[in-house]
Amino acid sequence: MWDYSEKVKEFFKNPRNVGEIENPDAVGEVGSIICGDALRLTLRIDKKTEKIIDAKFKTFGCASAIASSSALTEIIKGMTIEAASKVTNQDIADYLGGLPEEKMHCSVMGMEALEAAIANYRGAPAKKEMIGQEKIVCKCFSVTDQKIIRAIKENNLKTVDEVTHYTKAGGGCGKCKPEIERLLNEFWEKEETKIIQHKEVPRKKKLTNLERISLIKETMEREIRPQLKADGGDVELIDVDRNKVYVKFLGVCLGCPSAGVTLKELVEARLREFIDSDIMVEEVKE
Amino acid sequence: MRTIYLDNNATTSVAPQVYEAMKPFLTEEYGNPSSMHAFGGKIKKNIDSARASVANLIGANDVNEIIFTSCGTESDNTAIIGTLRSYPDKKHIITTKVEHPAVLSLCKYLETQGYRLTYLDVNTDGLLDLNELKSAIDYDTAIISIMHANNETGVLFPIDEIAEIARLRGVVFHTDAVQSTGKINLDMKKIPVDLLSLSGHKLHASKGVAALYVRKGTRFSPFLIGGHQEQGRRGGTENVASIVGLGVACELAKKNMNEEIVRVKNLRDKLEGGIVEKISNVRVNGHKEKRLPNTTNIGFEFIEGESILLKLDEKGIAASSGSACTSGSLMPSHVLRAMGIPFTFIQGSIRFSLSRYNREEDIDYTLEHLPAIIKLLRSISPYSK
Repeated sequence: MWDYSEKVKEFFKNPRNVGEIENPDAVGEVGSIICGDALRLTLRIDKKTEKIIDAKFKTFGCASAIASSSALTEIIKGMTIEAASKVTNQDIADYLGGLPEEKMHCSVMGMEALEAAIANYRGAPAKKEMIGQEKIVCKCFSVTDQKIIRAIKENNLKTVDEVTHYTKAGGGCGKCKPEIERLLNEFWEKEETKIIQHKEVPRKKKLTNLERISLIKETMEREIRPQLKADGGDVELIDVDRNKVYVKFLGVCLGCPSAGVTLKELVEARLREFIDSDIMVEEVKE
Repeated sequence: MRTIYLDNNATTSVAPQVYEAMKPFLTEEYGNPSSMHAFGGKIKKNIDSARASVANLIGANDVNEIIFTSCGTESDNTAIIGTLRSYPDKKHIITTKVEHPAVLSLCKYLETQGYRLTYLDVNTDGLLDLNELKSAIDYDTAIISIMHANNETGVLFPIDEIAEIARLRGVVFHTDAVQSTGKINLDMKKIPVDLLSLSGHKLHASKGVAALYVRKGTRFSPFLIGGHQEQGRRGGTENVASIVGLGVACELAKKNMNEEIVRVKNLRDKLEGGIVEKISNVRVNGHKEKRLPNTTNIGFEFIEGESILLKLDEKGIAASSGSACTSGSLMPSHVLRAMGIPFTFIQGSIRFSLSRYNREEDIDYTLEHLPAIIKLLRSISPYSK
């Protein structure tokens, strides 16, 4: 059973704005029965002020899909088109007091229906059409590269599983997982270059090998291990080979699903900060 | 609110008699049956007696054909891995597309370990084509593993015919009978199955106990390697209380079997008939005759299973679904997909599974509330007109 927030349960039990506006000013449709959820959003828009006067939805899907759709209509009622175009899937999830990670795609569906409706108001067809440059990555759920990249960017996604939770891509046969991985790597590599270009890190003085190793040891003792120990984990320095630092996780870190994130965001980030921005940390597994 | 429990293919309640029988072994009778002293050693006879009850339920010739395990998954893994270890030169396995994950996921794994797999198709009714099985068997086939009753639809495979085909071709046949044991008659004296898995918590015993039937003369290698328990065929100290409970559960199942088959089937048919009559755009998934008496799988068009389950839950009714949102994997039921059921019915599929503890008022109560739930959800759906 999913761990839904009270608000999700409430919006599923008593959904607001169910139905369809007659002769709507805008329609947005996303999803399909095969995908497991679908949403038809209809809007009444005041042409002068461009304000959304009324919004109604019809949804095929699970409790969180129905709650997300209903929440969306509540959020955008009274907004101008301009303001509504800035609503993100995270806004929908926040409004509902959060969604289970695996159900984030329900909030993404809400955002997409809203975008389709706004585009429809400006003359596009109700159902979002693919733009020429988009490429379908996940054939099971018809997810394009653009949608995946956008989800990575807007929700700061780091792993293939996270991409699946937000977009469903990779959740069927799984054949596209390497392609998702490639998109993730490509996106984050670009981001890193941007960051490096942004702040000129002052080069620290050249260290001897011995100095370098003892500095790595010191930094681990002072900056990294206490943090991990606080959570019942630990890390051990195994070897140093030029810019490569090999470590082994211990305690609860061992086999922890987010150990990879810890490796990059804590161990590697600290060592780069205190010693050398070229340092690469790798985990030694037995 | 009383729970109307219609999810007995997921798990069952522990029968009161089973619970009573287990109690002493969770309190004062805590000895280890392998011990030399009488305090422990005397417990062995309780295990032997439970073994006899299990053997009796499935018509085994010899009590020693029963090995106790910890769960249906362990029984399935033991049967398949044990057979593969006994025939190290054979690299081909035959199974079906609709097996329980305990078999299917293991087979997918074995495929990565150099084994060749044949996954037999099913038709829209969920039935096999036995000619397909016959032509799949070759010199390299180590084992055929085909379930008896499907957990999602209740559809029964003809294990007597399959066992005969396997016997004539000299191939080991394993059947996962976790869903059928205790619900319908099984007689190992008449059906030449080599290996059969059954599980306690599906027949009103506790969780954490199951058994594997190994016909005398079948080559066998243990899966859990350890102590000499279960005649060296399954290491690990016996789960005494649960094993004793399983014995009692088997006796209870055997005692009331023929009356219960009829009574439960009547309740199931009343539920199914009532739904079909009261609600439009529904479809019963699976062959109407060749299935368990306690199970019905019904697809409700235009709506999604999780929503139906949660609305039923608000009314205190427990059931399950094959929709994507409930499978935890984004893809809906592999069983219904293999049957070629249209997606609109798969996403809205609900399984009701009954037990001997269900009463007619449970069915009446469900039939009273379900139509309104379906109507409400359809009024939210963009697909229903």
